[in-house]
Amino acid sequence: MRLSFRLRAAILSVALLAAFLAAWQLGTMGGGAASDIDPEYAKLMGQTAVTGKSAMPGPLDVGKVLWNHIADPFYYKGPNDQGIGTQLAYSILRVGIGFGLAVIVAVPLGFLIGLSPLFRKALDPFIQVMRPVSPLAWMPLALYTIKDSNISAVFVIFICSIWPMLVNTAFAVANVRKEWLNVARTLEVGTFRKIFRVILPAAAPTILTGMRISVSIAWLVIVAAEMLVGGTGIGYFVWNEWNNLSIANVINAILFIGVIGMLLDQLLGFLTRLVTYPE
Amino acid sequence: MSQHFISVEGLKRQFPGTDKAVFEDLWFGMEKGEFVCIIGHSGCGKTTVLNILAGLDKPSAGAIIFDGKAVEGPSLDRAVVFQSHALMPWMSVLDNVLFAVQSRWPDWPKAKAVEHARKYIAMVGLSGAEAKKPSQLSGGMKQRVGIARALSIEPKTLLMDEPFSALDALTRGTLQDEVLRIRAATNLTVFMITHDVDEAILLADRIVLMTNGPGARIAEILVNTLPKDRTRETLHQQADYYPIRNHLLDFLVRRSKAFTPPAGWDARKPPHVQVGGTAGAAYSRSVAAAGAE
Repeated sequence: MRLSFRLRAAILSVALLAAFLAAWQLGTMGGGAASDIDPEYAKLMGQTAVTGKSAMPGPLDVGKVLWNHIADPFYYKGPNDQGIGTQLAYSILRVGIGFGLAVIVAVPLGFLIGLSPLFRKALDPFIQVMRPVSPLAWMPLALYTIKDSNISAVFVIFICSIWPMLVNTAFAVANVRKEWLNVARTLEVGTFRKIFRVILPAAAPTILTGMRISVSIAWLVIVAAEMLVGGTGIGYFVWNEWNNLSIANVINAILFIGVIGMLLDQLLGFLTRLVTYPE
Repeated sequence: MSQHFISVEGLKRQFPGTDKAVFEDLWFGMEKGEFVCIIGHSGCGKTTVLNILAGLDKPSAGAIIFDGKAVEGPSLDRAVVFQSHALMPWMSVLDNVLFAVQSRWPDWPKAKAVEHARKYIAMVGLSGAEAKKPSQLSGGMKQRVGIARALSIEPKTLLMDEPFSALDALTRGTLQDEVLRIRAATNLTVFMITHDVDEAILLADRIVLMTNGPGARIAEILVNTLPKDRTRETLHQQADYYPIRNHLLDFLVRRSKAFTPPAGWDARKPPHVQVGGTAGAAYSRSVAAAGAE
């Protein structure tokens, strides 16, 4: 019997994962006792040198830590040792606020740019110069002017979220099909009704695509931003565990960052499909 | 001068960056309740004339007087049926028509507007499809919605820009019948662009013949002498049908290109031409005789 395409893909995925885990396990396992080492030196260096075992944790070690995180994601043992769920929640909150503020600014501004060729021409040089700047370059300026590391991180998210949304909104609004605008004109539709009933629905799929790009970038940037500002968040967690030399925790954090990033992307993808119209 | 219902006076349109006008010195009038088709090759500016009439474009010179007032911009009095139907794909059939109804009568309660929209959807034979999105409709059904939307605002005139050119021949035929029926019921003034000679003969009271662009003009206006109650089925049996058709084809193939104004030409009064009568009857008899041999 021929298996369905999806099932075959799933089987292949599982097989690739198993192969990867096996290679990882073998690579970090080490090869038994090394007998010709001076016992005093071996005592000093610990297992790494004695058995050839890598300092890199194996999949089983990482799995154990992962289980602990999942079993108790929100523990609090002082400000420097909080559950990974709490840290992720901080990061998601910062991204949510920064991204939300960016939506409030970028969409109306994008409409203005899209509707007015004058504004498009006038604002274009600023956008072109500001857009390629790494959002982290804003951090010192934010820290100096805002004087609050938390808000500075949110500001950096805000700055990096703006550009894709702004550019996509302006493009979508400027390129609404002429015939739909002509229909609105021949029906003597007022400006606001035209914006909300014609231009916004016509541009919505492209605007949502811009948001989707923005949220992906914001999630990339939050990790780096929190490494800089410290205190809380998944970025801080990664850096803190690096300082603790807990590679298993770092690998776990990578896994969680990936999963949350995927979920954010899928959420925006779902919203995009809601406003997409087949022609 | 503007005792006509619609009066096109010295119309000219030249696009920036070109050294010759697409058309110039166009003069013609339309009466209330009249169905006028304009026919000519691509590039003679037919669509531009319609856009200026709709208020979507501005002439470089001249003016259009509509119902006693100069056309300055779009108006709900002049509904447009677009070539590409131009339905909003995110709205259902009902919402597309409702959008127009609520533009016309913003103060109407929703229920009244919906009822009004449904009436026009029924008029084009689409009852039951109100909830469908345009993407779920065939090309012919989409254009029916386009017509329902245009009629629903109860305009003084209907402007149609090659409304059926994107449809297959069978669908086009049924929609032409539909337009005949609706027009008989409403006595609307209709201005329509077409490429299709038969469509023009079936629908129009008068056919405006435009020469090739750039610098297009009105060569003549053909008065359709076929009986008012003509139908698509019996059109080709009319004695004058072939003479009229041949006259139009001859114009499109040959004269539209070679047209030069004769002596004493007055652009303000393009000649009105009638084809057929006895000559036409004789012609179709000879065609019938040739067919019988």
